[in-house]
Amino acid sequence: MASGAPITPHPAVGTTARPLQTTRSRTGWQLAKRRMRRRWQLYLLAAVPLIYFLVFKYVPMVNAVIAFKDYSPVVGIWGSPWVGLQHFQAFFDNPAFWRIVRNTFILSAYTLLAAFPIPIILALALNEVRHRFFKRTVQMVTFAPYFISTVIVVSMTILFLSPRIGLANDALGLFGIGSIDFLGNPDYFRHIYVWSDVWQTAGYSAVIYMAALAGIDPTLYESAKVDGASRIQKIIHVDLPGIMPTAAILMILGVGNIMAIGFEKAFLLQNPLNLSHSEIIPTYVYKTGLLNADFSLAAAVGLFNSVINLGLLVGVNFIAKRVFGHGLW
Amino acid sequence: MTDSTAVHNHDDGTVAKARKPAPAEKRRRSRRIRDSNVDRVFMIGVYALLLTFLAVVLIPLLHILASSFSSPNAVSSGRVTLWPVEFSVRGYEVAMSNPQVVTGFVNSLIYTSAGTFISLTLTIAIAYPLSRVDFVGAGIITRFVVFTMLFAGGVIPTYLVVQSLGMLDTRWAMILPQAVGVWQVIIARTYLRHSIPSELYEAAEIDGASDLRVLWSVVLPLAKPMLAVIALMYAIYQWNSYFDALLYLRSDDLYPLQLVLRNILILNTEGGTDTTTMMERRQMADLLKYSLIVISTVPVLLIYPFVARHFSKGATLGAVKG
Repeated sequence: MASGAPITPHPAVGTTARPLQTTRSRTGWQLAKRRMRRRWQLYLLAAVPLIYFLVFKYVPMVNAVIAFKDYSPVVGIWGSPWVGLQHFQAFFDNPAFWRIVRNTFILSAYTLLAAFPIPIILALALNEVRHRFFKRTVQMVTFAPYFISTVIVVSMTILFLSPRIGLANDALGLFGIGSIDFLGNPDYFRHIYVWSDVWQTAGYSAVIYMAALAGIDPTLYESAKVDGASRIQKIIHVDLPGIMPTAAILMILGVGNIMAIGFEKAFLLQNPLNLSHSEIIPTYVYKTGLLNADFSLAAAVGLFNSVINLGLLVGVNFIAKRVFGHGLW
Repeated sequence: MTDSTAVHNHDDGTVAKARKPAPAEKRRRSRRIRDSNVDRVFMIGVYALLLTFLAVVLIPLLHILASSFSSPNAVSSGRVTLWPVEFSVRGYEVAMSNPQVVTGFVNSLIYTSAGTFISLTLTIAIAYPLSRVDFVGAGIITRFVVFTMLFAGGVIPTYLVVQSLGMLDTRWAMILPQAVGVWQVIIARTYLRHSIPSELYEAAEIDGASDLRVLWSVVLPLAKPMLAVIALMYAIYQWNSYFDALLYLRSDDLYPLQLVLRNILILNTEGGTDTTTMMERRQMADLLKYSLIVISTVPVLLIYPFVARHFSKGATLGAVKG
């Protein structure tokens, strides 16, 4: 990250500086004026997307004050009365509070732990293979599930694990194990959630690690070879340190993303039978906020989620900087 | 998980075995240095591991495909594994004649094409100025944009914005609230900054071209690979999204395919209009699920082989250079 930035300013700064010095008098003024007019086009261009960010990202941040108010659609956000932390208090006092927060955290941590090492292993293994065709085939196939929608992945999971027609239970049948209703049992929910996620994203993440591996200085491999390193030693002493920065960044992003994207899958995989393990903060927000129309309470829960998310991100970034020497900012 | 332990077993087991011939071999040092016994067994482990990965990803996909081409009866009795049983295209016929699926398919095409166009335009509009090193305020604007990745107002406050703009239950709600991705902006900016030589800007400026003109006639033609990657990212996002529809849409004639699929596949709300027996209808419903999965995934997987290479480039561009 840091290496990209300093390289570019050099030529450009140089080129803008040169004409200024050669034509310093009246023409210089005109040039500067014209340049300002030209920059004005760039600002105009950027204005529309900036309005987008303002309206759809920053206005909601301001709107989040309804978490501290008793929102009534009749009088609007600013007309509604302030109630302080009442909604947060209500959420914390809710007997479901600890269960939901715990579910959210466990699911996040489990996803991160499982989804982190597997793409690295896949990438390292692919990196060893010299057969072009085999390598490309494995890469293409493992990358493909990333493009399948969450709805479809969840449907596939449900069909696959179905006690009646599912392939998984057929396979278990071969070992003499009776069919299991995976989705009806809350104990299985976390494993289903996490491993279907790994199935979907491992190939994609591996591609990123592959690129990092390709960027490793070849002289390191040569010196390792000269020192008589085996393939395993080469992986431990050259490959792993080489992908460390990428791993740190992906880890941070993973932490930052989980609380945000968890909704889609958890919601789709949910059923009344596994709710005790599958209810997480985002699904709870959706249900209280939009299905029960309790906007303020839902906004309070959502804000709680966002703040924790930000806290996690800042925390992990801090740790990553200390441990790996690389952070997101 | 079991695969990784298998590799370790290979390693451990072979270290002992390879010890004996190692010194002699090293001294001889033929054409290749690396082909020691440890490495050879290690490579077997690597191939075994990769084949396992391949199987784990491929088997579910093949199972779905095989089931979709089987007879309703074969699917319902769970007789299909990886090859069609009693080959039939009944599932596809029923899926294609379902009005909800057809409407959903058309709606998704509309959202995907319009959404991708708008998203791409807006992304370039912000990424191009940010890629110019002489654009004053780029740092502040970048922070303004990137911050939205770290902190969000939440679902409800965003819903209120969409509501106050009168976009609830309109096609706009599917396109505008998620129009610009921060990730894509970063990718586009990074690409433009690194791939367009600044001499080109200089030359164009001397020729009297305005910044917009430069964008249109110099930058965009040169950035085609990146534009393709970003357009595909947006297109796939749009094609696969259902959450926005769940939040903002009420009328089912606006539903995108994914939401229709969710209703049929996960909520099992397939209103069977056939005058058939319960048994047959249930069998048909099972088969229909497999066929629908294939139908909705085919458009994405069809373009996939052509774009995968570029796509991975885009993914790495965003991730590694941040």
